Amino acid sequence: MTDSNFRTCGSTGLKVHGPAELLIKANAVVSVVALLIGAIGAVLLVLTRWQAVHLLSAPWYYRILGVHGMSMLIFFIIFFEMAVLYFASTVVINARQVMPKLGWASFGLMVVGAVMVEVMMWTGKADVLFTSYVPLRADPLFYLGVILFAVGALIVTSMFFANLVVAKREKRYEGSVPLVTFGAVAAAIIAIITLLHGAAIYIPTFLWSLGLMEVDAQIYRLIWWGLGHSSQQINVAAMVAIWYMLGALTVGAVVINEKISRLAFVLYILFISMASAHHLLVDPGMGPTWKIVNTSYFMYMAVLASMIHGFTVPAGMELGQRLRGFTSGLFEWLRKAPWSDPGFSSLVFSVVVFGFVGGITGVTIGTEQINIIVHNTLRVPGHFHATVVSGTAMAFMGATYYLIPLIFRKRVAFWGLAKIQPYLFALGMLIFTMSMTFAGSFGVPRRHWDITFSQAPFGIEFSPAVDLLLGIVALGGLMAATGAFIFVAIAVKSVFFGEPLGEITRGTAMVGVPAGLTHPPVHSSNVDELNAELHQPGRSWRLGPAPGTVVLVGVFLLAFVVYFFVNWKVLSFVWKIG
Amino acid sequence: MPNTHTGLESPKGVWWKPAHPAEKVWVTIAFVWCMVLFAMMPLWHFKGGQNPSGIRRKVEPTAFFRRTQEFIAQYQIGEDQGIPIVAPPPGSDVYLTAMSFQWTPILQLEEGAEYTLHLSSLDVNHGFNLNPLNVNFQVVPGYDYGLKVQPTAAGDFRILCNEFCGIGHHTMVGRLIVVGGNSAANAGGSR
Repeated sequence: MTDSNFRTCGSTGLKVHGPAELLIKANAVVSVVALLIGAIGAVLLVLTRWQAVHLLSAPWYYRILGVHGMSMLIFFIIFFEMAVLYFASTVVINARQVMPKLGWASFGLMVVGAVMVEVMMWTGKADVLFTSYVPLRADPLFYLGVILFAVGALIVTSMFFANLVVAKREKRYEGSVPLVTFGAVAAAIIAIITLLHGAAIYIPTFLWSLGLMEVDAQIYRLIWWGLGHSSQQINVAAMVAIWYMLGALTVGAVVINEKISRLAFVLYILFISMASAHHLLVDPGMGPTWKIVNTSYFMYMAVLASMIHGFTVPAGMELGQRLRGFTSGLFEWLRKAPWSDPGFSSLVFSVVVFGFVGGITGVTIGTEQINIIVHNTLRVPGHFHATVVSGTAMAFMGATYYLIPLIFRKRVAFWGLAKIQPYLFALGMLIFTMSMTFAGSFGVPRRHWDITFSQAPFGIEFSPAVDLLLGIVALGGLMAATGAFIFVAIAVKSVFFGEPLGEITRGTAMVGVPAGLTHPPVHSSNVDELNAELHQPGRSWRLGPAPGTVVLVGVFLLAFVVYFFVNWKVLSFVWKIG
Repeated sequence: MPNTHTGLESPKGVWWKPAHPAEKVWVTIAFVWCMVLFAMMPLWHFKGGQNPSGIRRKVEPTAFFRRTQEFIAQYQIGEDQGIPIVAPPPGSDVYLTAMSFQWTPILQLEEGAEYTLHLSSLDVNHGFNLNPLNVNFQVVPGYDYGLKVQPTAAGDFRILCNEFCGIGHHTMVGRLIVVGGNSAANAGGSR
């Protein structure tokens, strides 16, 4: 087997295959373009929902809302995930890219599909929003665009598995694949399930738009969410894989226990696809038994998986830091962490906001009965912006600060801004999601142009607090959008006009190079001895090798329990319904 | 080679090893909590007052609308903004049709009485939101969602649509009146 297309990475020692590198670059670049379109949409939307400004007209508000959803949730996220799949199945395990031409063909399909969808939406031929619920009708080319995009993504996902098989046969790595790649495998399996649902719903809907068949409105909602929600579970699995990767790169995070972490990924694969039910809890098509079994992801086994990662990721980081010598007290490992490394700060904010805001609200509002006081209010976007934006997008941004030097071999541009970007973005999203959640608890609807109801037959007056909250939503949204624009500027400048990286001098801080590369988080020379000592039973008040993490997850659990039962209490105040 | 490794490195040899007690304890606590989350849902069906079960069946959109019109003709007591106000007797079946961009009719119910509220749509998906109580249900064309409701306080409520149903979505507001138990007077016009 020829190895001529490989280069060896100076910082990590990994072998990087040229054709794989090009595919990673192309997908990452298109992903950032989609992010830019989506972020411009976000600014227009928050400035419209802030009633004092009310920027867009009604048709343009709904149109941009559709564009924002498709650009962010589908194009930005999935193009980036394609890059992650290429990366995890080649670079991470020193392997080569199989069939690069097929990779480019699928890339072409995805770009053509994405452009078709964008054109249809911008020209007003698909005013059906992200969910395109039948019988709202869009131009057939809109549905065809989605199908082409999904077929491209399905081929890339299949190539990911082909890469792994070939790598195993060519003995590119020893033993099992690394945990990061294992996480990507979970994401890829969920992606296959998701994309098959996509085909199962968009092909009939395409035919329906041509007048060739009927599609039932409830069946559409059921299968569409098999695509719509499951695609968010690809994000979760990919994000957790990136958590493990960034932990390793920034603080030398270790895998506490391979068995537990991998089992948690398996739980995702087995149960997370049932999540489409969360969108149908107050629908007329399904009964209580179906709702309870499915919304609970079968007894909450996927939630268990997230709670496991929520422990093992920070615990791995803590132990990694302790093995580097930051052993004193409960939190020295956190205080002495590389907070000015944007890869590290992104990781921490991603974990914290995803868990505390996204996770807790998600499980609570996805409970069958509690959904009665939540469905289609602003609490829903409040929840999913905390997961997919503060969680997934933030993690992807953090990963990009490492991909730029490692894959593009450029310095990260606007380095000073890059260091504060995660803080700005995460704080903006935190303000945005929390104020949106509060506004939603007053019953403020999502996807609504005018909550002053100026053109409606009957007036409605929300509590004055709602005006204030929507102003805060706009403030947080604008902060986060600024963070997104800074990220786009950094990515574009670095990739297209950036300074070539050259050699990294270890131990010397370099402008545009994250600390994890200039000062690799090497463990102490007596790592095994230290590790054994940290694992001594009875040490650290018997809290194990990562006592700080035990305290943190305790706080998390308490917040979870309180939020969950407060919601049941609020529910009990409304009319008797059954 | 050290005994520890990161998530970017292949684990060497057999990695199926027992977990540390601290990790086992966390997994156990998380599992127990998941069971509590799960148990709350069936429990609320027996003990709680708010469940989205309802009577569910498929129905032709036009047939449902015809049924609504019969219902209006039977119990109409007035009109507001061109929309009929209907006062059905306690315990009866009540019909509410959603269509772009209107809820019809205006319902007048009695505090403390129980009704079966049938929701469906004549055209696309709509969202039922009872304001200011914040009670929400999905209204799907072709499906009749019959929910038992028991208003607990008198008032002049609004029904707003919170599922995107077209460019006029934000103008879709209906009305629901609840009158005090024994003084079933006509609440009359609004605004």
